[in-house]
Amino acid sequence: MDMILSALPSLLSGAFVTVQLVAWSLALGLVLALLVALALLSPNRLIAGPAALYVFLFRSTPLLVQLFLIYYGAGQFVAVRESFLWPLLREPYWCAIIALTLNTAAYTAEILRGGIRAVPFGQIEAARALGMHRGLMFRRIILPQAFRQILPAYGNEMIQMVQATSLASTITLMELTGAARTIASRSFQPVELFVIAGAIYLAMNFLIAQAVRWGEKRMAAAA
Amino acid sequence: MPPSQAAIAAPAVQIDGLHKRFGDNEVLKGVSLSAAQGEVVALIGSSGSGKSTLLRCINLLEIPDDGRVLIQGEEIAMKKDRAGRAQPADRRQVDRIRQRCGMVFQNFNLWTHMTVLENIIEAPVHVLGQNREEAVARAESLLAKVGLSTKRDAYPSQMSGGQQQRAAIARMLAMGPQVMLFDEPTSALDPELVGEVLRVMRDLATEGATMLIVTHEMAFAREVAHKVVFLHQGRIEEQGTPEEVFGNPKSERCRQFLTREGQH
Repeated sequence: MDMILSALPSLLSGAFVTVQLVAWSLALGLVLALLVALALLSPNRLIAGPAALYVFLFRSTPLLVQLFLIYYGAGQFVAVRESFLWPLLREPYWCAIIALTLNTAAYTAEILRGGIRAVPFGQIEAARALGMHRGLMFRRIILPQAFRQILPAYGNEMIQMVQATSLASTITLMELTGAARTIASRSFQPVELFVIAGAIYLAMNFLIAQAVRWGEKRMAAAA
Repeated sequence: MPPSQAAIAAPAVQIDGLHKRFGDNEVLKGVSLSAAQGEVVALIGSSGSGKSTLLRCINLLEIPDDGRVLIQGEEIAMKKDRAGRAQPADRRQVDRIRQRCGMVFQNFNLWTHMTVLENIIEAPVHVLGQNREEAVARAESLLAKVGLSTKRDAYPSQMSGGQQQRAAIARMLAMGPQVMLFDEPTSALDPELVGEVLRVMRDLATEGATMLIVTHEMAFAREVAHKVVFLHQGRIEEQGTPEEVFGNPKSERCRQFLTREGQH
């Protein structure tokens, strides 16, 4: 019991790192996903092609491999070491955020593309017929409906991102899993520690699932 | 002639030699038509005659391959793209023209994520830049006009087809359109709901609105239209006053069509 009490501060600060990883990568990933989704829908093959290749690569390789490539691989190139990005790329924290962002953006872009295409064409024509220009129509008519459409699928993606952050422990980052493992190896009480870590993950995902359910309920009338 | 007079003299809608093809199918084969300010024009014809396409070319939801469209004397500028297809030369002009040409669709096309009130004020606020309170006040008077005051906070999915179509008419009216295009506005409605929509349209006609209506409601066309245009296979086969077209059609095809529709 004493061991657990003394481990709690480290576990909680690890959990705080996990929350940061999730928040950063989901926020950046959503912005990137939106751009990629728009590129995927472009009639111009020079725009849609690279976007499709990006989605293909990041969905078809393990996140762990992507993480290793960014953390260990980037430093191999002199150009990277001399670039302005090096202060970021040499930090495991930012490498993890970059890998998680690129990974979630690929999945989310594909989800968003489906959501955008599901907006009934008649509603787009109604916007056009009222003289809305493209940007306005996108912001006011298409995206709000696309987000409603994808909310359940995106909820899954958010939950999977929470689990995925545990991979960051493999590049020395002391997030929740990393913290639990470090303490466990010192205290020889792995079961207790990983039960606590698991419970904290569970709590985070419970909150996300509840938020998604609340959002879905609020939008039910406007289906 | 000073410009103000020119604007008065110009027809609300003028179409010259309009051609439109979808692949190998030539849907419009050179249609010319005009509607004066305050005129109600009914476009009739069997399905596939090109009447909806003609209407949708007026606000450029379909891009005509050839021919001219003028709204209140302003010609919509067209150009050819590299593949030789016609394109509007200035997208902003198209947006401007569309703000002056309201359209009502067969399937209402209300935005399902917004309430009726939000549907109505959306374009006035975000396209015309009206202030929100003014737009809401105007929307409320339009809702009263179409008999939907109690539905202001309802979502489209909570309303009947007839109510949705009346809300869609209010949404169009909120832009203060100079020309109103109706694309089979009652075709998707249950028979008992048709009357409430036609009643609203009849009121608009009485108030002097310029209306082009694609319709299968022959009795309504006969009663409300000033001019009836019969299209057949992409050409205007017959046009005239309702008395002329319904009472004594010159074209055999028009006569047959009206007989099928039980109007001759």
